[in-house]
Amino acid sequence: MFNFGIWTSEFNNFLMGFLPDWLTVVVECVIIALLVLLTYTVLALFYILYERKLCAWFQCRLGPMRVGKWGVLQVFADMFKILIKELISLKDTDRFLFKLAPYIVITSSVVMLACLPWGNGLQIIDYNIGIFFILAVSSVGVLGILLAGWASNNKYTLIGAMRSGAQMISYEVSLGLALITIVVFAGTMNINELVWEQESAWFIFRGHIPAIIAFLIYIVAATAETNRGPFDLPEAEHELTAGYHTEYSGIHFGFFYLAEYLNLFIVSGIATLMFLGGWMPLHIPGWDGFNNVMNWIPSIVWFIGKSFFISYVIIWFKWTFPRVRIDQMLSFEWKYLMPLSLANLVLMAVCVALGWHF
Amino acid sequence: MNHLLEISNNALAVTAALTGIGLVFAALLIAKLISPKSYSVKKSEPYECGIPTRGESMIQFKAGYYIFAILFLLFDVEVVFLYPWAVVMNGLGPKGLLCIGIFMFILIMGLAYAWRKGALKWK
Repeated sequence: MFNFGIWTSEFNNFLMGFLPDWLTVVVECVIIALLVLLTYTVLALFYILYERKLCAWFQCRLGPMRVGKWGVLQVFADMFKILIKELISLKDTDRFLFKLAPYIVITSSVVMLACLPWGNGLQIIDYNIGIFFILAVSSVGVLGILLAGWASNNKYTLIGAMRSGAQMISYEVSLGLALITIVVFAGTMNINELVWEQESAWFIFRGHIPAIIAFLIYIVAATAETNRGPFDLPEAEHELTAGYHTEYSGIHFGFFYLAEYLNLFIVSGIATLMFLGGWMPLHIPGWDGFNNVMNWIPSIVWFIGKSFFISYVIIWFKWTFPRVRIDQMLSFEWKYLMPLSLANLVLMAVCVALGWHF
Repeated sequence: MNHLLEISNNALAVTAALTGIGLVFAALLIAKLISPKSYSVKKSEPYECGIPTRGESMIQFKAGYYIFAILFLLFDVEVVFLYPWAVVMNGLGPKGLLCIGIFMFILIMGLAYAWRKGALKWK
């Protein structure tokens, strides 16, 4: 597998050649920031089109077709339109919190994006508690949503934000437990090591039954965590107009929209990292020829392909299942999903202790 | 990447956070420069489906699910405790498994108690 780290170290040496150390660090940080920004916007634009097209195909429509070939330029038109819309200032809002909310939501998703392993050697933040750090940052996003609902001075946004908060904190427990199941198996929280652990086979195959159950729990919890259908109660249009971001207009609304799509990619990326091998190609122990062929496909293609596939499944949920009621949703989490994930964790611990894995 | 570039993870995390703040700030600045502005009393009213709003909105809201928040606090702390155990679990042997089993048993009993008391029922 090609290690992208060769490029970055070459570039580092090139900069070190004529710049002092501190300036090198500054220049590299600026380049990293620009790369993250570019990835963030490109991904958001791609995901908006992806969702619209998939939604159309699930409903036997064509989706956007007019602007550009297959409607690919539609998203640019939409984003530009959102950018030139008026930012309406409302009376009686809590101005500071109202403006703070998009910052919190966007920042938490950018930091999570920077933690994902994009390819061999293509990772920005690499803490030794990587997956825990991602979970910690992801729970900051809830704060932004609660603030947005509260500061808008509108009853619907308040109810939407409260629902969203209840939903996100509830499903976070199952999400964390599903990830712990894999951490028990791998024995590490470092993202880079997690990926290398899956060199012989992906965790979902190595951990067999408990890993597959954890994967299913994770997908359900992630769908709820990103406020997507069938768990899109915070945005239930017929009850709450648009949920917590009703009062936001123009680009202010656009931030919540962007963060929502990016969170979809991020949860798919975490699922890829923890269950489907991250950027690791599909390896089958013993089949050396096959493994070598798979290694020819670049690691970044593997990561993006797998993430887009999981996003496809989550979008598929949205357009297939009817929306659940709030009490059904909360009781589903606390009465079924969480006891199941606790039992699954015990099962995994026993499997690891007795060596019943590959 | 960071190992090769020799930038500390904390610096990179701060860079990423600043990127997010910068993105919001820059986009807001552009929007403020090119977006139209107009003022009307009606426009600044909160949008509650066209009906004039009644009363205050920033009130103490009776969330029927506040008990879930308390339960969440309990179980999220449990998750935080379980992470370090999960990393070293393989080296601890049967004793570690037993200890965490007791810890989880107590918590599950707590959940069962809350369930039995009807805390998980929607009111």
